[in-house]
Amino acid sequence: MEPEAMPRPAALIDRQGLQALIDALADEGYRVLGPMRRDDAIVYDDLAGIDELPAGWTERQEAGRYRLERRDDAALFGYAVGPHSWKRFLHPPVETLWTAHRDEHGLTFRAPEPAEERFAFLGVRACELHAIAIQDRVFLDGPYVDAGYAARRREAFIVAVNCGEAGGTCFCVSMQTGPRAEAGFDLALTELLDAERHDFLVEVGSAAGAALLERLPHRPAGEADREAAATVVARTASRMGRRLETDGLKALLQDNPEHPRWDDVAERCLTCGNCTMACPTCFCTTVEDHSDLSGTSAERVRQWDSCFTLDFSYLHAGSVRQTPRGRYRQWMTHKLASWIDQFGTSGCVGCGRCITWCPVGIDITEEAAAIRATAPDWRDD
Amino acid sequence: MSEPSRPRLAVWKFASCDGCQLSLLDCEDELLSVAEAIDIAYFPEASSAMGEGPYELSLVEGSITTAHDAERIREVRARSRHLVTIGACATAGGIQALRNFADVDDFVAAVYASPEYIATLATSTPISAHVPVDFELRGCPINKLQLLEVLSAFLAGRRPAIAAHSVCIECKRRGNVCVMVQGTPCLGPVTHAGCGALCPAYRRGCYGCYGPMETPQTAALAREWQSLGVAPREIRHAFRSFNAAAEAFREESEAHDDQAP
Ligand code: SF4
Ligand code: SF4
Ligand code: SF4
Ligand code: SF4
Repeated sequence: MEPEAMPRPAALIDRQGLQALIDALADEGYRVLGPMRRDDAIVYDDLAGIDELPAGWTERQEAGRYRLERRDDAALFGYAVGPHSWKRFLHPPVETLWTAHRDEHGLTFRAPEPAEERFAFLGVRACELHAIAIQDRVFLDGPYVDAGYAARRREAFIVAVNCGEAGGTCFCVSMQTGPRAEAGFDLALTELLDAERHDFLVEVGSAAGAALLERLPHRPAGEADREAAATVVARTASRMGRRLETDGLKALLQDNPEHPRWDDVAERCLTCGNCTMACPTCFCTTVEDHSDLSGTSAERVRQWDSCFTLDFSYLHAGSVRQTPRGRYRQWMTHKLASWIDQFGTSGCVGCGRCITWCPVGIDITEEAAAIRATAPDWRDD
Repeated sequence: MSEPSRPRLAVWKFASCDGCQLSLLDCEDELLSVAEAIDIAYFPEASSAMGEGPYELSLVEGSITTAHDAERIREVRARSRHLVTIGACATAGGIQALRNFADVDDFVAAVYASPEYIATLATSTPISAHVPVDFELRGCPINKLQLLEVLSAFLAGRRPAIAAHSVCIECKRRGNVCVMVQGTPCLGPVTHAGCGALCPAYRRGCYGCYGPMETPQTAALAREWQSLGVAPREIRHAFRSFNAAAEAFREESEAHDDQAP
């Protein structure tokens, strides 16, 4: 179905309307999370009102570099994605899986109390919607559903924002994941800002979204408003900081495990794991078991892990991936190639976080291009 | 039924500042449980009781800097079923290993009024250079929660859950914004986890208190520090602190010229 053929219901709200949106979500018992300025970055945290949004700020992102800058307008969403992703709420970095207690009656195991929290995410970008959909496949599809993730995901209310600014390391256009939010939201906003107005076009993506919109002061959106919103997204699409050629990429990587470029990147890679931690789709975890001093209680804790650690590939007597070369190759090949075998989509949504937040600025698009340029087994035909 | 006997613990001090032993005393809330589970038989820092060996577990703080201590650690090893080193001094030689890079007699002459009374070795070396070590707990100082984990693991007969990956992984789990990407040099990518990324949480670069991580790519990090404008001399100094004599840090410090500005 062509989106143009069947336009979603849409409305206009202004900044007061946006505040009313936050209030209505809080009123319905949601924990509202959104972008704000902290530690010289735009992070996601608890949001009480529009005053906390990074009005008039943007950022400059390059490989291994991130810096906030002032804008010459008062846009509330005039930046791309930052160091955090929604992963830290839906798939938290540290989670207790069970606790056990031993007393005179024997051994009892207890699952943690299910969290009461219901999240509302404000300002979810198109690439992030795709990242959430990818993690849904990992945690919800198949016979082994992750109960904690399922509960948090089911309850989450998502307010997307169409990007009005492309980051220096963004390449959602290459990955076909943005910059326009197409699906997977309750409401989607496009910021419309010029000398005369500061409004948000609101598109409705679900019944819950429609019901919430009814509670807000809003007015109908006209054809001109829709066109203005389309222009914002088109301009962003034309300003991508990076590009990744995806044609034949899976075969290119899978056919070239011995390419010399892997040695080259191994010289630069710190094996620090930042790329995997920052990536909104990376899902790997490790479990640690702890017992206490008296031997009466124990717990199993799950934490974010990374294919860059030695323990990650530890089988009896040693790690399978000893070298930085093997570990970088695992990361990149999983993201861009074997993920497709495993889950039917690429593991990369083109958000650029692994590029920006790599302390030495290793750029997945540049590595892929370098392999393509010189792969002996590769014919571009 | 008689009380099961508690394993006997000894805490030993070699060349060190006492900070790591203090981490044990710092376990205020847990100290009672420690004392219930373990017979603290020898711990001069905490008690005048000087129980005889042998000990099921010896915690060793400090490095070996004298011939006498080199002898003493052998005796400690002989009287201990398990020996765990705690802190950067015991696992890497500590800050006092800076002597390894210079002539110790010059230091002695510069510091002491009567150098003839000082008998010291030319180097500061970790415990593992002298006797077999069962587990090395890193940090300057150690993290008390990790110490409790090591003790609990020892009592349960399991492997301690102590990760050897970078500080960056803890940093990201904590939700910190990376200071290095924002222009502040940080040793986190080459440093062993354990502190929970404390300094980056306060917007400082990591100082490398826990020594080299499992696969420290120090040369790659030093190149990036250079492009952030850090002078070779500063890079040398950064790698040459509490873990100066740890292999990877020693090598990297030696690769950067002290004379360059
Ligand atoms: S691989 Fe990099 S660009 Fe792709 S989704 Fe992950 S962090 Fe974003
Ligand atoms: S790239 Fe590495 S950390 Fe990310 S999902 Fe794949 S194996 Fe896991
Ligand atoms: S690619 Fe960058 S972020 Fe990823 S492990 Fe290597 S140095 Fe760290
Ligand atoms: S601040 Fe330091 S420890 Fe934290 S992610 Fe960045 S480089 Fe790693």
